[in-house]
Amino acid sequence: MHELSIATSIVETVTESAAAYPGARVIEVRLRLGALASVVEDSLQFCWELASEGSPIAGALLVINKLPVIVHCDPCDADSEIEGVQSFRCPRCGELATGLRQGRELEIESIELDEPETGARGNDTPDPAEKQI
Amino acid sequence: MTTRIVELRRGILKKNDALAAALRQRFTSAGVLVLNLVSSPGTGKTAFLERTLRDLRSRGARAAALVGDLETDNDARRLAASGAPVRQINTHGICHLDAEMVTKHLEGWEGVSLAALDYLFIENVGNLVCPSSYDLGERIRVALLSVTEGEDKPLKYPGLFNSSDAAVITKIDLVDPCGFDRELALKNVNEIRPGIRIFETSAKTGAGMEDWITYLTEQAQPS
Repeated sequence: MHELSIATSIVETVTESAAAYPGARVIEVRLRLGALASVVEDSLQFCWELASEGSPIAGALLVINKLPVIVHCDPCDADSEIEGVQSFRCPRCGELATGLRQGRELEIESIELDEPETGARGNDTPDPAEKQI
Repeated sequence: MTTRIVELRRGILKKNDALAAALRQRFTSAGVLVLNLVSSPGTGKTAFLERTLRDLRSRGARAAALVGDLETDNDARRLAASGAPVRQINTHGICHLDAEMVTKHLEGWEGVSLAALDYLFIENVGNLVCPSSYDLGERIRVALLSVTEGEDKPLKYPGLFNSSDAAVITKIDLVDPCGFDRELALKNVNEIRPGIRIFETSAKTGAGMEDWITYLTEQAQPS
């Protein structure tokens, strides 16, 4: 049950990041969550409401993008996605694969903001990582 | 209103990760080998650690332990009987240790200086889920399971076993009464964490401790 600590960390990080956009409202927070991250999705959603309530980002939707495990097989010299998390075998050759390429991610991918039309952001230079839609 | 997407690509536990990285740096420059012991409640982490501390000390090694529990200092008192410096961390309800708790408990630890230690063991709160997300700056994460828990623990908790560097099967003296299938347990650990070092031990009889202590000694050698 560390989902509450995780939800609280997300609220803190997003609140800090969103402060660079005065007047904007965070409507969505997107996470990348590896299959091995030991985080229960339902529990995190439940804690998200508790943690974000009363914060500047209250009401924002939490969208969880689950990532499968990708292993690296040395003999095949290939990365492959595996099904589930019960056997870390290379699906090509069937041997146990010692390398892990994906699966432990626990990160905030992006946030979506609603912001007032022109002028509200002053003279800020737009961050190259942003895109307007 | 316009909609804007801001890419963050930020680790959710970045504060913990940064503190853990600072700890790792400190441990490395002090030349102390740090291990994080993780298991469910009742696996026998404390008995295993008690035996490890005693065996290491009898060989002249300098070892200390930080021990995490929700409440009580029972484990610290038990471990202190080994003669090693031990400090209790009470999390008061939190289900795992984090790098901040470790940092705080290293401060003002009377009579203990990292540079004067060969080994520091951190016994995590009994839990096979949450501790796997929190880096404590350790060099070796050890997942423990006891024969009384069944052979399929690694399959049930792949997150922890997959992120561990060594696995210890405890209470090996109870294999027969429990009808524990050793081969199956070893296979299950290996399916989740291929190639991991596995130790089969009994803190009660001392079985397997020799191999474990040899491994610790090897790992403590400066590379």
